[in-house]
Amino acid sequence: MDTNIIYNGFYKLIGITGEPGVLAMTVAILIGIVVVLAVVLLHVAYATYFERKVIGHMQLRLGPMRVGPHGLLQPIADGLKLFFKEDIFPATDFKTVFRLAPIYTLFAALSSLAAIPFVSTFYIANINVGILYIFAISAVSTYGIIMAGWASKSKYAFLGGLRSAAQLISYEVAMGLSLVGVMIMAGSLNFIEIVEAQQTHWYGMYLIPQFLGFFVFAIAAFAETNRVPFDLPEAESELVAGYFAEYSGMRFSLFFLGEYVAMIVMSSMSVLCFFGGWTLPPFLTNAIPALNMIPGIFIFIGKVYFHIFVFYWIRATLPRYRYDYLMRLGWKVLIPLALVNIVITSVIKYLA
Amino acid sequence: MIVEKELSTKYLTVSMGPQHPATHGVLRLVLELDGETVVKCTPDIGYLHRGMEKLGENKTYPVDMTLTSRLDYCSAVANEIGFCIAAEKLLGVEVPERAKFIRTMTSEMVRIASHIIWIAAHAIDIGAMTVFLYSMRDREMILDLFEMLCGARLLHIYPRIGGVRCDVDQKFLDQLWDFTEKFPKLIEEYETLIDQNRIWWQRTKNIGIVSAEDAIALGLTGPTLRGSGVPYDIRKVAPYDAYDKVEFDVPLGKNCDVYDRYRCRMEEFRQSNRIIRQCIEKLPGGLVLNPDAPGLDMMPGPLKKAAPAPAPAADGTAAPAPKVEAGPAFTEIYSATEVPKGELGYYMVSDGTGRPYRMRVRTPSFVHISALQRLCVGVLVADVIALIGTIDIVLGECDR
Repeated sequence: MDTNIIYNGFYKLIGITGEPGVLAMTVAILIGIVVVLAVVLLHVAYATYFERKVIGHMQLRLGPMRVGPHGLLQPIADGLKLFFKEDIFPATDFKTVFRLAPIYTLFAALSSLAAIPFVSTFYIANINVGILYIFAISAVSTYGIIMAGWASKSKYAFLGGLRSAAQLISYEVAMGLSLVGVMIMAGSLNFIEIVEAQQTHWYGMYLIPQFLGFFVFAIAAFAETNRVPFDLPEAESELVAGYFAEYSGMRFSLFFLGEYVAMIVMSSMSVLCFFGGWTLPPFLTNAIPALNMIPGIFIFIGKVYFHIFVFYWIRATLPRYRYDYLMRLGWKVLIPLALVNIVITSVIKYLA
Repeated sequence: MIVEKELSTKYLTVSMGPQHPATHGVLRLVLELDGETVVKCTPDIGYLHRGMEKLGENKTYPVDMTLTSRLDYCSAVANEIGFCIAAEKLLGVEVPERAKFIRTMTSEMVRIASHIIWIAAHAIDIGAMTVFLYSMRDREMILDLFEMLCGARLLHIYPRIGGVRCDVDQKFLDQLWDFTEKFPKLIEEYETLIDQNRIWWQRTKNIGIVSAEDAIALGLTGPTLRGSGVPYDIRKVAPYDAYDKVEFDVPLGKNCDVYDRYRCRMEEFRQSNRIIRQCIEKLPGGLVLNPDAPGLDMMPGPLKKAAPAPAPAADGTAAPAPKVEAGPAFTEIYSATEVPKGELGYYMVSDGTGRPYRMRVRTPSFVHISALQRLCVGVLVADVIALIGTIDIVLGECDR
């Protein structure tokens, strides 16, 4: 029997005891998807607000202030504006591909959410190869960007798409290798088990033994999400907007959503693999038992927002990398570091 | 049997600009790309051409000055001072000492304002967004000071032929002094953001190297030239206004790359600050405008010197017009000043009337853009952006 609170709550509501049937399971999963999507998309909307506020204050501005108190309704206003904007098509021969690309990007980003446990009892699917699933899906999301760049029939978009493809493929390797250390330590690819394995140590976070892995993972996560300083595919001052230069209105907002969802997914992965997920380190909870009262979901969201804050902080601080340095960093620095980390971790694991 | 067809590659021609976020206005670069490497770069200018030189021939000298502030709108007062100096040489007008110091002071204020625009644009092009907003905050202080000084913030039209429009008051000088006290700390603030940043180093060091010989051959001037280690600064080699009465250093680069030019300009911030402080300290009293200088009421006809006025003949008929004393027909001069972007030269020909017969402006941006062609070969697209930033161009000045 599943421990998922959404599914169990639904079964209890319709009075199923014991093993639910296929229909009931399907409905329960659909409800789970709707709940997760609604929550995540709301967070995405306010992540844009959060970004503008954080960067604004870092840059001596106020950020959005006009729509609603302290600009709180700004994301809604932005959404409405994008929704009602004219849908402009470039003179391209690949209208279908052009239409599909943003949907594809968002689809790939959202599918990653399926394998992420927000707490041990709240997730869509608890798969035993959760990490691999997310890697597979994020590799697939590259296609959306290449499709957009190619179908836009614009040279800037084309260059952006190519840059993006090269970047994502290179950093996918580094990212995959950086998590091998975590997999070795936890002995599992399942996120829930990884989090539980972290609880068995007094520090409660793989961040401490796996700092090298985390370093590589963090840099690769920035590159995977096309964020500054690795925002080359959409480098505003070079390629105007990169692969989505020709998109407007709703289609553009799908790319935008996809980027933010990817950011949340990467942050969640980092929280699950290196920061102990929805748990606090045992040495803290032993010292202050009251901390056990905090619901896990708040701890998880708090940690995710900390990561997102770091994304914004870096954006306000660093200049942009150049294409060849980016590649050099990926292949000559990050991948060897990740390999060293794997060797060290496995030797220690073998000796211990 | 499989016949291998030879694969051919084609260069990708990208038209960067005139509407592009990083081309500082309306510059268009036609780039031929081999992958991300630039094979050929052809700058295309003229999108902001306003016929300023020809227009200048149809207006009187004092009115022409207002055209020059539209050259490089980031450093309007420096262009105006350059023009006034040229016109003063041509018309033989003396400038009071106090006006010279005020001019030097405002030139350096505007140099700071212009360099702030440069660092803002250069940094945001390379991706450092926050420097832009920090430096724009500080530019506001300079603009406020200019507003106090002459009422205008951007296009000042402050100097006049033979001096400056209005005197400075103590309140302005106090506020300017406060600014010079604060400003060195603000420069350090920009430097903490980018100067020790490895990404910034990677993007600027060993990029866009111009050797001293090349720089001279390309006609580069200003900080762009001094970044290559050539100690050529008109403020030193041919001092005008009060530059011979103040102390300042000319910062030079060693490695001739984008980073050294960046360092040069950052040093110039400090030197400008130093000059402003000396100007405030040494500011002499007296008039700020030569009363004999031609004002806005200057007539386009043949110049008559104000004094001595020709006495009318006793019988009432007009005396024969005296020979023009402002200079014989077709006097020509070339006068150069050091504006923030380089050497701004005015070549003017007078035919003895109130209008220049020919007015040619040698603007640094125009020359610098022509150097882009050389600089951009073999670099990556991202470096093109850094190079546009490092030569510090304003298209209003280039296209005139």
